[in-house]
Amino acid sequence: MAKITFPVEAGHIMLFARAVGDTNPVYQDAEAAKQTEVGGIIAPPTFPQAVAQFDPDYPLRWRPGQPWFGSGKTASGVENRPSGGGGLHAEQHFEYHRPLRPGDVLTVEIKPGNTWERESKRAGKLTFRERIAEYRDQKGELVVTARSVGVTTERPVERS
Amino acid sequence: MALRASQLKVGDTHSERVVENLSRTQITMYCGASGDYNPLHADEVYVTQKAGYPSVFAHGMLTMGLTGKMLTNYVGDGRLTKFGVRFTNQVWPGDDLDAKATVTALREEAGQHYVDLALSTTNQDGKEVVSGSATARIDP
Repeated sequence: MAKITFPVEAGHIMLFARAVGDTNPVYQDAEAAKQTEVGGIIAPPTFPQAVAQFDPDYPLRWRPGQPWFGSGKTASGVENRPSGGGGLHAEQHFEYHRPLRPGDVLTVEIKPGNTWERESKRAGKLTFRERIAEYRDQKGELVVTARSVGVTTERPVERS
Repeated sequence: MALRASQLKVGDTHSERVVENLSRTQITMYCGASGDYNPLHADEVYVTQKAGYPSVFAHGMLTMGLTGKMLTNYVGDGRLTKFGVRFTNQVWPGDDLDAKATVTALREEAGQHYVDLALSTTNQDGKEVVSGSATARIDP
């Protein structure tokens, strides 16, 4: 897969921390962050996932002039889409070599991993797909490795 | 404040209420910050009329982020070396979530101390929505 360039920006880190309701000053207050052990603003641990913003082909972002499966005049702009809404996230694992900081320019390479299937009472046949993402910094050093497992279900998951 | 190996033991726990009455607006904020604009999380019309779910629901990664907030409050800033989860149940608007870390091991490698943690985030019905593990660098 193509490599994605992911510039890490202080404003983006602040918005991300707000979305998870994390008021820790180390994510949003440069002066306060200077007084901490890490010496400046860093990104929260799940921030690497926001690489989606910088993936030109990311499928879960509306684009002008292209069909979008969310609602408009009708409940979905793309008819005959399977029920269940497509994929769900089953697992996510990060390994950190150092925290991400504003000013980092990451190169992210995403590779497919294993694929497997399982039967489930709550959602029918489940198909799991693994993806490995390696985040390298401007010096070429590996800073984060992310392994995600996505699952597509045969039908919407029943509430247990 | 970093954790100290000398003041920890296996079985110690730390827990926090990481969200109360989860709002659709917070889920929408997470769409904007993360870049995941899947209508499953933001579009009640699509979700209820097409996708077959009773309402929008939270991104798994929002629940992981909420769990991570508890974790970094516990182990300190920039201390995590590993953080992994499985998403075991969906999280819905209105949910209250409690995230808990339990010390499973204290280790020393090449002079650096580490703590291994088991993670569990549960909703107001006591149902687990995230289970996982993490490792952090700690002081002696």
